[in-house]
Amino acid sequence: MIEIRNLYKSFGVKSVLSGTALTIAKGESLAIIGQSGCGKSVLLKHIVGLLKPDAGEVIVEGENIWQVSLERLYEIRQKFGVLFQGAALFDSMNVAENISLGLREHTLMSETAIAARVKDCLAMVGLSGSEDMKPSELSGGMKKRVGLARAIAMKPSYVLYDEPTTGLDPITADTINDLIIRLNERLHVTTVVVTHDMVSTYKVADRIVMLHDGKIIYSGTPSEVRETDNPVVRQFIEGRAEGPIKTATTRAT
Amino acid sequence: MKSPVNQTTLPDTIARVGQLALDFFNEAGTAAILMFRILAGGKNLWKDRKLFFEQALRQGVRSLPLVMLVGIFTGAVTAWQGNYQLKGYVPLQYLGVATLKAVVIELGPVLTALIIAGRVSASIAAELGTMRVTEQIDALESMGISPIRFLAVPRFFANLLMMPVLVVLADFIAMVGASFVATALLGMTAAMFWNQIPTFFEVFDIVAGLIKAFVFGAITAVMGCHIGFTTRGGAEGVGMATIRAFVWSCLLILVMDYVLAMILF
Repeated sequence: MIEIRNLYKSFGVKSVLSGTALTIAKGESLAIIGQSGCGKSVLLKHIVGLLKPDAGEVIVEGENIWQVSLERLYEIRQKFGVLFQGAALFDSMNVAENISLGLREHTLMSETAIAARVKDCLAMVGLSGSEDMKPSELSGGMKKRVGLARAIAMKPSYVLYDEPTTGLDPITADTINDLIIRLNERLHVTTVVVTHDMVSTYKVADRIVMLHDGKIIYSGTPSEVRETDNPVVRQFIEGRAEGPIKTATTRAT
Repeated sequence: MKSPVNQTTLPDTIARVGQLALDFFNEAGTAAILMFRILAGGKNLWKDRKLFFEQALRQGVRSLPLVMLVGIFTGAVTAWQGNYQLKGYVPLQYLGVATLKAVVIELGPVLTALIIAGRVSASIAAELGTMRVTEQIDALESMGISPIRFLAVPRFFANLLMMPVLVVLADFIAMVGASFVATALLGMTAAMFWNQIPTFFEVFDIVAGLIKAFVFGAITAVMGCHIGFTTRGGAEGVGMATIRAFVWSCLLILVMDYVLAMILF
């Protein structure tokens, strides 16, 4: 279980998180939605300890990740697999080296066992046989799938997705959504998806929370979200410029 | 009449100078902390020897042609100008030892380090900066891998090892260039050029040159890593990081050259 308690984070004068609180139960598939730039990715990076909060706590399975030693923080991070927005594959390595890096660093597995795990992970994301390809040879969708294969290689307890479908065509995006669901079922992981893609959200999430003005303002199942009369959530899911959420255009008028 | 908007008051100037000083100490302090963390991470060097040798090849072996080229012309110009400066005051037979001292103590380490600042420090900053802005460093951290251990430690120790090697080779080639100029263009015999060297040359000169090489090696690697790790803002940020790494490395090399000269001689 992950608990986020009263999290505050500012960059210069811009306050991004202001008292964010969220509990993520083991095994659930949670989507965090919100406007672009509202701090979803910042929240995700706090969960895995890539950003240090100005105030507040992130508790992963009972441990406050900013009250443990750096070595322990690195151990806690091994419980996570993260798919970054741009996949963040290591340019200097091929697909197999990208996927196997964590295994080589943290396990005593033999080369044969590592090669077998890489093969399994690539099969799970539908990219069998691409071990020797370089990231520069892959399309956007393939990069995301290799990123996903890398994220699951260490058999993590939590898989975090930062905008997994952004920049992809609808068909490839749907393939990624299916993959998220399949991995969640097969690996029994806790899934956290940060997105503003409502098609993806409804498809992959058991529970949806909305981040707005640095706080979680709504939590509900996909069907509850569809029915909600919360004006902020309604404006967001209906994709309207007019409403309580101020956009650049509505602010100017 | 001057516009009040364009007027810079004394407090403004003092504030700006103060801010520059704060920025300088902040930059230097952060880089120093990084260097201590890299040194502490050195205990994993054997485990990461493959990464270390890759970097030694990239930073050292592939810098050789450039270092050799600069070395030969440095020696040649030192001998030629040495002849011009000594003529009429000092017998030409001392040209060999004068050139050797200038090359080993000063020109070899400083010019090699300045080349490495351009070739290696800037390239480390560009590479790590690109990894920072494309979230590759975040990806490493999220996998429980320390970027300092995985990226900075091999680069730092490879540069620390390769810089003295490059300096010694540059010194040697510089003396070959100087010897060529002395014998082919200045009418000296090889014996005249080399004979005084054993009499006046001291082993400490080589040691001092190597101490400088180690320090300059540390500076170029640390500044490249520090500026790469702190890069922000996409392609423009990476471009700026490359320039900053080169400028900071050159500046610190020249400042430390002066400090070491004060300490060593």
